[in-house]
Amino acid sequence: MGRYVLRRLVQLVPVFLGTTFLIYLLVWAIPGDPFAGKCGDRPCPDAYITRMRAEFHLDDNVVVQYARYLGNLVQGDFGQTFNGTSVGALIAAAYPVTVRLALVALLIEAVIGLAAGVLTGLRSGGYLDNLVLVSTLFLIAIPVFVTGYVLQTVLGLRLGLISPTVSPAAGFGELIVPGFVLGSLSMAYVARLTRTSIAENRRTDYVRTAVAKGLTPRRVVGVHLLRNSAIPVVTFLGVDLGSLMGGAIVTEGIFNIRGVGGLIFRSIQTKEGATVTGVVVLLVVVYLLMNLLVDVLYAVLDPRIRYD
Amino acid sequence: MRTGRGTAWFALPISIVLLTSACGGSGGGTDGGGSGGEQTDVTISVNSTEPENPLVPGNTNETGGGKVVDALFTGLVEYDPRTAEPSNAVAESIDTTDSQVYTIRLKPWTFHDGTPVTAQSFVDSWNYTAYSPNGQQNASFFAQIAGFDQVNTEDPDGTSGPLQAPQPPAQAMSGLRAVDDRTLEVTLAQPFSVFPTQLGYQAFMPLPQAFFTDRAAFEANPVGNGPFRFVSRQPGANIVLERYEQFAGERKPSVKGVEFRFYESVEAAYADVVSGNLDFLEIIPPSAIAGNLFETDLPGRSVSQTYLGLQRIGFPLYDARFQNPQLRQALSMAIDREAVNQQIFNGLKPPADGLVAPNVPGRIDGQCGELCTYQPAKAKQMFDATGFQGPIELTSNADSGNAEWMQATCVTITQALGRECNFVPVPTFGEFRSAINGREMSRIYRTGWVADYPSIENFLNPMYRTGGSTNDGEYSNPAVDALLARADAAPSTEEGNALYQEAERMIIQDMPAIPLYFQSVQAGWSPRLANVTVTQLRELDLFSVTATS
Repeated sequence: MGRYVLRRLVQLVPVFLGTTFLIYLLVWAIPGDPFAGKCGDRPCPDAYITRMRAEFHLDDNVVVQYARYLGNLVQGDFGQTFNGTSVGALIAAAYPVTVRLALVALLIEAVIGLAAGVLTGLRSGGYLDNLVLVSTLFLIAIPVFVTGYVLQTVLGLRLGLISPTVSPAAGFGELIVPGFVLGSLSMAYVARLTRTSIAENRRTDYVRTAVAKGLTPRRVVGVHLLRNSAIPVVTFLGVDLGSLMGGAIVTEGIFNIRGVGGLIFRSIQTKEGATVTGVVVLLVVVYLLMNLLVDVLYAVLDPRIRYD
Repeated sequence: MRTGRGTAWFALPISIVLLTSACGGSGGGTDGGGSGGEQTDVTISVNSTEPENPLVPGNTNETGGGKVVDALFTGLVEYDPRTAEPSNAVAESIDTTDSQVYTIRLKPWTFHDGTPVTAQSFVDSWNYTAYSPNGQQNASFFAQIAGFDQVNTEDPDGTSGPLQAPQPPAQAMSGLRAVDDRTLEVTLAQPFSVFPTQLGYQAFMPLPQAFFTDRAAFEANPVGNGPFRFVSRQPGANIVLERYEQFAGERKPSVKGVEFRFYESVEAAYADVVSGNLDFLEIIPPSAIAGNLFETDLPGRSVSQTYLGLQRIGFPLYDARFQNPQLRQALSMAIDREAVNQQIFNGLKPPADGLVAPNVPGRIDGQCGELCTYQPAKAKQMFDATGFQGPIELTSNADSGNAEWMQATCVTITQALGRECNFVPVPTFGEFRSAINGREMSRIYRTGWVADYPSIENFLNPMYRTGGSTNDGEYSNPAVDALLARADAAPSTEEGNALYQEAERMIIQDMPAIPLYFQSVQAGWSPRLANVTVTQLRELDLFSVTATS
């Protein structure tokens, strides 16, 4: 196991280099001059553009730019935005917020989704099953921004139960509603995935054996059935954490959460290559590590899977 | 009480009426010159966007940075929040006999670090901004001053070419002289009667010595001479300022401080204003404009008024297809401005009747007359006579809320002319401006203008004079140039304005850009604010506003 993990960690290096280079190249290739739109409906003075291009080395070859960026990155310097803010500081402010939001969302979708899935998987065809099927279908059908605006308007503005936006501190309590909005779609998937998996495995030989051995239903379901059924769900949750972190732009916009989604979006629009690459680099690392964690969890969940 | 009247204003076609009702509608504040009353220890929050550049006045000309710079700095003159008329601020007097040599006496003001604001502060600051190797965005505002061509050189082949701009022969403009600590003498290259009005614009703010000794430290902790001083800045979240107690201006703010807060979306900011978490928002999202929902969401705490802005569509006159003025006039008459206004803007943006926005000193009504009136039959006849081939195409950037009205404009053109009209957006503003700046535009494009300083001159010279700083369409008419030059050199403001008005009428006959509608601002505020005045430059007047905790 140890060697496997080590090998996977070493594999991260080329993947990391490849993705960062691609992202750098993509931002560089966005059409339009980054300073063309900086002066409103007035063309920027040539002297301003020349100074900024020189300051940010934009006239160099893109490979040279990337090499310089990587050199600084290795020393922990994420570079600067065009308005002179350190990208490192921006990431340090936005990242913890996004991690908290993603964790809240993940927790909500895992707890509610798994619970609903297990309950309905065990008693398929009942009233509860139909209720869950219909409500998850409903959640899957409506886009996130509808859920977001409806909850914000109803809970925040009409009923006054929550603040309609999240403060810069973004504590866990404030993130419950946004986390629910963000996780609602995946929650529906988790519920359905668990339900199918449980319903399928309920009829397998090892479950029948466990029941025949006279084990308590609690142990049959909790240990034997759930453990095996959890594999597809864990895969889904692991990959989902990565996308929850990078793809929360809409939810962040609605609730004014100052996370990385909005940061990336704004930076792409203004061609801030250093910011986009810096944030995405970290997202890539999280994604890769989550995948590794999921693979390791397989071995824990299913004794038949071995890596060494 | 205030709501509802907002829409009624625009039914009144006469700008003087607009002006007076703006006074009545702006929250029952104190009169223009007064301050907001008792000083309190309440800090208010104001919606803003992250400044795009470090907070240096000579390098700031976008709204996010502009709001903060306006609070941190005060120039030689300032503008009345309601009428936009300029009046002396740091200047005690501005004297000239020939509109070419100005002698400016200063009042004894101080910067936030305690150092005095001297004539030399202005000289150094202006020279720094104008000097082209410093690459400041607002350098062109000093082009009127004698010796500007010695400190600011052009890149002979543009920024993309291999050649570099030559090193300027001088570092200081010969037309600037600090006679003594409190007397500044400015000599212009040509007489320019609007110069004193310009002096309230950000480019002309003074910089303290601290800026020149350590620029990085200044950018981290800007030091100005305005009503508020810098406290802190959290990237991506906010900028906090507090009242400068030694502020020497006549009007003093009542609030203790201002937090300029950056929102991820306008909708989020709006939700916060409705629930009272944010004190002031100068833009209402389209979802709340629809059906004038904001007037019910914000009972008695919203306002709608025009400001010094104009929306136009411009022609790339370097493209042979658009060179016939008859074609441009026909298109102008083919646009049903009032219908677009009613259907898209809920009647909040009055159709333009000239090239100059309401309330701009020197403006008169109805300059466009017939040519800005919807006349489908006449337009069609004129348009068909030009022999224009192919579909009419309008373009804009898609990353802003312009698609709806541009599409609606296209529809009215199609209805009037019976020709295909398409709206073809470009993804980003940067890409859009790149095409305009590079003179590679092949479609009719959206082009807006918000006044830098309140003068009819600011709506004409930059856009319609040959080689003007924003003459994106390459419009050139020697008669207009000559008239504008005469207006610049006029001995008095009145004579100058009359000449500018004549030039405006002449430009409209050529229709290098079609004026469509005047910009209006819809602002909302929290229940704890009172005496809210939205200035003619679309900012909250921080002097008159009061707040309770």
